[in-house]
This record gives sequence, C-alpha cells and structure tokens, in this order.
Amino acid sequence: MQLEQQLQEKLETRDILLMTHIVLGYPSFEVNREVIRQMVNEGVDCIEMQIPFSEPMADGPVILKANQDSLAAGTTVEECFSFGAEMVQKHTIPFLFMTYYNIIFKYGEEAFFKRAAECGIRGFIVPDLPPEMGKTFLELADRYDIAPILIFAPTSTDDRMKQLSGYGRGFIYCVARRGVTGKKSDFDHDFDSYLARCRTATELPLAVGFGIQSKEDIDALKGKADMAVIGSRTIKLVATEGADAVGPFIAGLR
Amino acid sequence: MDTNGFFGNWGGAYIPEVLHQTFQELKEEYARCRKDPEFWQEYLTLMSTYSCRPTPLTHAENLSRHFGGADIYIKREDLNHTGAHKANNVMGQGLLVKRMGKKRVIAETGAGQHGMATATMAAKFGLDCTIYMGEEDVLRQRPNVFWMEKMGATVVPVTDGSQTLKDAINEAFRDWVTNVDDTHYVFGTACGPAPFPEMVSWFQSIIGIEAAEQIVKYHGKMPRRVYACVGGGSNAMGVFKRFLDEDDVELVGVEAGGHGADSGAHAIRLSSPDATPGVAQGYKTMFLQDNDGQMKQTHSVAAGLDYVGVSPILSDLWEQKKVRFESATDDEVMAALDLTMKLEGIIPALESSHAFAGAFKEVGKLSKEDAIIINQSGRGDKDIFTIAHAFEDPSWKKFIIDRGKEYSSN
Ligand SMILES: Cc1ncc(COP(=O)(O)O)c(C=O)c1O
Repeated sequence: MQLEQQLQEKLETRDILLMTHIVLGYPSFEVNREVIRQMVNEGVDCIEMQIPFSEPMADGPVILKANQDSLAAGTTVEECFSFGAEMVQKHTIPFLFMTYYNIIFKYGEEAFFKRAAECGIRGFIVPDLPPEMGKTFLELADRYDIAPILIFAPTSTDDRMKQLSGYGRGFIYCVARRGVTGKKSDFDHDFDSYLARCRTATELPLAVGFGIQSKEDIDALKGKADMAVIGSRTIKLVATEGADAVGPFIAGLR
Repeated sequence: MDTNGFFGNWGGAYIPEVLHQTFQELKEEYARCRKDPEFWQEYLTLMSTYSCRPTPLTHAENLSRHFGGADIYIKREDLNHTGAHKANNVMGQGLLVKRMGKKRVIAETGAGQHGMATATMAAKFGLDCTIYMGEEDVLRQRPNVFWMEKMGATVVPVTDGSQTLKDAINEAFRDWVTNVDDTHYVFGTACGPAPFPEMVSWFQSIIGIEAAEQIVKYHGKMPRRVYACVGGGSNAMGVFKRFLDEDDVELVGVEAGGHGADSGAHAIRLSSPDATPGVAQGYKTMFLQDNDGQMKQTHSVAAGLDYVGVSPILSDLWEQKKVRFESATDDEVMAALDLTMKLEGIIPALESSHAFAGAFKEVGKLSKEDAIIINQSGRGDKDIFTIAHAFEDPSWKKFIIDRGKEYSSN
C-alpha cells in the first residue's frame, strides 16, 4: 500500500503528478544519476527505471535503441539493482522498475522480488505480463509490498478494466493510445471518454502515458488523470542535448 | 492446450493489454472454426485447387540404395504453391481473417517463404499486406523479397537487434499493437502467444495426415522414423502430429547446428545444453539466452532456422521424450543438399536440408524392411545466391559480375 499512499499524499498539494522514465545504463549510469538528480530537483513525483531487455516488444524506436545501446555497453541486471538501491537511498520519491517479464523470470521470481524489496523499490511495471500469466507474480507482489502496476488500454472493455483494477496496486497505467512508446497522442474527445471509462473502473490513481511531450499535453490531463508519464521525450532530450537539458525541460512542464 | 494456452510447462500468452481483446476474438473465431466441419472442408478445397495438395510422397530410390538401410520417402512440401509448407498455415489463417472481417495482414519472415505465402494470400483475398524481415535475411533471401513486392506487399527491412527472425517478430508486434483494429498478424510458425502454436500446428497437420495415408499405401505400414527440420517448429509439428500416437514411429527434429554445437554460433535450442527456459515474444519456451535473460545471437546458414526460441508444443514433447532432437551443422547440410540434388534431382531448401542431413546420419543403420519419411519443408530455389556462394560456383559468379557491370553501366 505504500506507493498508493505516497501518491495520494502528494495529490493533496498538486493538481497533477509527474512520472518520468529512464532506461538504466543508457547512455550510462553516470548520466542516469545526473538526470535523476535534475528530475527530482524539479519536482518529479515518481520515476520508473527500465531494466533493459533485448526484445522490448512494446517499445518504439527511441526506447528500443536505448535498450540496445545499454545492453551493448554491458549493462547487467545486478548493476540495475545496485543503482536502484543507490537512488532510493539518495532521494525520497518512490522508484519503480519497468522491465519485461523474462528479466524477472530468469532471475527467479521470488529472488527478484526479494532483492527489489531490499533495494526499496515500490512498484513493477511489466507490459508483457497480463494477470492471467502472473498468478505467482501477483502473490509475491502482495507479500513483498511491491505494487504491481496494471495497464489499461483504449481497447480494454469496461469489464476487463474492472478485472484488471482488482489485481492492481499503487496506480493504474493508462496507455493513451494503441501502439508503442514514443509517438505523439491526440488528446481528443475519444480520449476523454476513454479516460472517463478508466475513472469509473477503478479507485486507484490514474497515470497516463505514451506520447506525452509538452506542458500543453499535461495541462490537458489535469482534472482527468492523476499523473502524467513522460517517457521517450526526455530520453531523446538526453541523447540530443545532454543531461543538463532535463532540469529546465521538467521545470517548464508544470 | 489448457485454458491459459499452456502445453505442460510451456506456452501461454504473454501479451500487452492492448492486444487482449483481439486475442479474445481470435480465440473465439478459432474455436468456432475447429468445431465447424465445413471450415476444414473449405480449407481442403482451397488447398487442392489453389495449391498442390495432397503433395506427393516420393520414394527416393537412389538415396535409399546409396545408404543401404531403410527406404527413404520424401514428403514434398516444396511442391506446395509458393514452394514451402508455409502456405498451409497462411491459407488457413486467410480463411480465418475473412471470417473476422479484417482488411490488412502483417507477417514476419525469416527465409521469406512465410512472407511469400502471406503476400500471395493477401493478393488472392484482396488484403493489404506488410511483411517484416530482418535486414540480414533480406540480403540472403533476395529472390523472395522481389516476389513479395511484385505481389503488392510492402517489405520492411528490420535493422534492430540481430536483424533476423526474432527482430522481425518484435517489429510485427509493434505494428499490430498500433493497428490492431483492422489488422491480423499472420504468425508464421508454431510459436508466439496462444492460440498461435496450436492453430498453426492444426493447419500444418495436413502434412502428416496425407503422409500417413501415403506411406501405408506405398510401403504397407507405418514408417520407422519421421524427420523434420526445426526452426519455430511448424513443419515439424505438421508432419509429426498424425504420428504422435503411433507407438512404433520415432519422431526426430533436426535443429540448426551452424558452426557446431560447441561453437556458440548455432540455433540449437533442444538438443544442446545451451538453452534455458524463458519468456519472450509472447510465450514461454527454451530460449538461447544469457544468465540475465538477454537473447543471444544465433547462427545458421538457413534463415528460417536462425531463431532463439522454439515451439512450446515441441518443448513439451521434448520434455516428455516423445520427440528426439538432433542437430546438423552448416557443412553437413551443404553435403546433404549436394547429394540429394545429384542422386534424386530434387532441390531441398537449406532449412529442409537439415532434415535430410539428420536422416542421412542414421538411415544406414536401420533395417531394409523399414521406411523413413523426411519432410522436405520447401524448395531450394530461394537459396540460389547462398548455395551458389557456398559452392563457390564459378559460372554463377561470372554471371553475377557481368549482370552487375551491365546494370552499373546504364
Ligand atoms: C522451407 C522452410 N522450412 C522450414 C522453415 C522453418 O520453420 P518451421 O520450423 O516453422 O517449419 C522455414 C521457415 O522460414 C522454411 O522456409
């Protein structure tokens, strides 16, 4: 329950929260460290750290390349854990791991939860693990108090959303549109009715991600969602302009 | 298959939420087709009028005499329209797509045979078609790229990762999650999320059904062994399925040995200790991966076998010891191909040549009273560049150089 509580407390003073996404080891852990420092300084509320995987099926070109480059530079799961532990020590905001299921499966599900709990990680986002495939995963999540972040998509029916919500903890990640990470989304009428459906289906806070790039996008979500997720946009920014560009960019978002 | 799509410990459907609803619809339509005898009848009619079914079972008398053991019979999937077993699966899924009312199909392809078959089906059924193919495979299977484009398909070279089959599959999934409403992903082998492994095997099972009837007719009884090459596992499942409950028939899957089992440069998932259980590309099976769960580079002279995973149904049959797995190296495969061309006038695809190489190692030790079936999954014409290169054929080289000069001087 820790993650949801932390977010609910923040929501008492803020009209929308910000979650950012980094790919561990890309371009390097050193740069990750600096980027996270700037993000936290500028008031980011939550950070998902992606443990790279060689087959990132749900990711678009920017994050795909980040995964590949990180692995080519030799990033290991072990390094991701120690870096995660370091960030939790240093900063007070909640940190999550995002990764694909094979990374967890190969490590050993229970061992992975245990290690992540020791590091102080608050939640897991695993886009290729639907609850039907995650029976033991969900039990372990409860036991180790690490929130399993369930995902809603525009193609999810109302019944499906209710079902997913029953398994979710912390918040629900609403994918803004069909497709992979990185491309711009239209926040139009269809989108509003989708978000309204999400809101009806769950009591958990709603995070919206995929294609959020600017202050306008975030303003458009106020009152409809609880948290905006910035993913590819900052990863690209770091690649083109360096870590120092991140602070000012985040500052301009709210 | 259980309700969650597992075969023993293997399989499942590890899919992003965006695809959940589409998989529900696909599973329902597939279940309806399986219950509907008219569907299979429609399928058989299509395959016997548009393609060349039943494909012949050829008695390879010269090869049999050469090895002096069991009689060798070859199941001729090369004579299927588009030159491989892939059409069996694609035409079946095409009928399903028509029922579901989708307007666009996408597919991954390694050897290009599945892409070819999908482009053909799309042309015939009036569907838009996009094929994803690893850049390395685009280069080694150039003739198939040409034909796919000529039939109106868009071929997208994939430059990520190892630029082979697994990367083409990832990219096809990325397309599917984006265009899920009007698009069906025609999965090319007995892998991926449920219901694909079972559905693809069902369409391919026509191979074994025909072969069992044919061998009894020509040989008077069931074969002693059945050999098939194993990439994702669709031609193997296709020919094996009918024989699974025949106690005296041994089923042998031949994997890509590449430069050798100890070289690290191979695609042996089940007959070497290199693979471990994992979950990727939507399903659980034995994968060639490192200790962190990152997929490894694979190698095979045959693009269609150059793949990190294998059908979850085959992993289950392997675990239950119902199918034996062996491997053949690139060199053994070239030798088997050469011998088959010289003695029988038949040109197996490089993928299929693995089944021949596997059988050739053992057939001499079997009794003359027995027979074996080798599944020739496809024809070798697509591999003309690779085979000519491997044989260092001088007249072919000269032809290419001359043609190159002619084009560059225009
Ligand atoms: C001729 C041929 N045989 C075999 C294969 C391997 O696939 P599978 O193991 O699914 O039969 C391919 C795949 O591209 C192929 O083209």
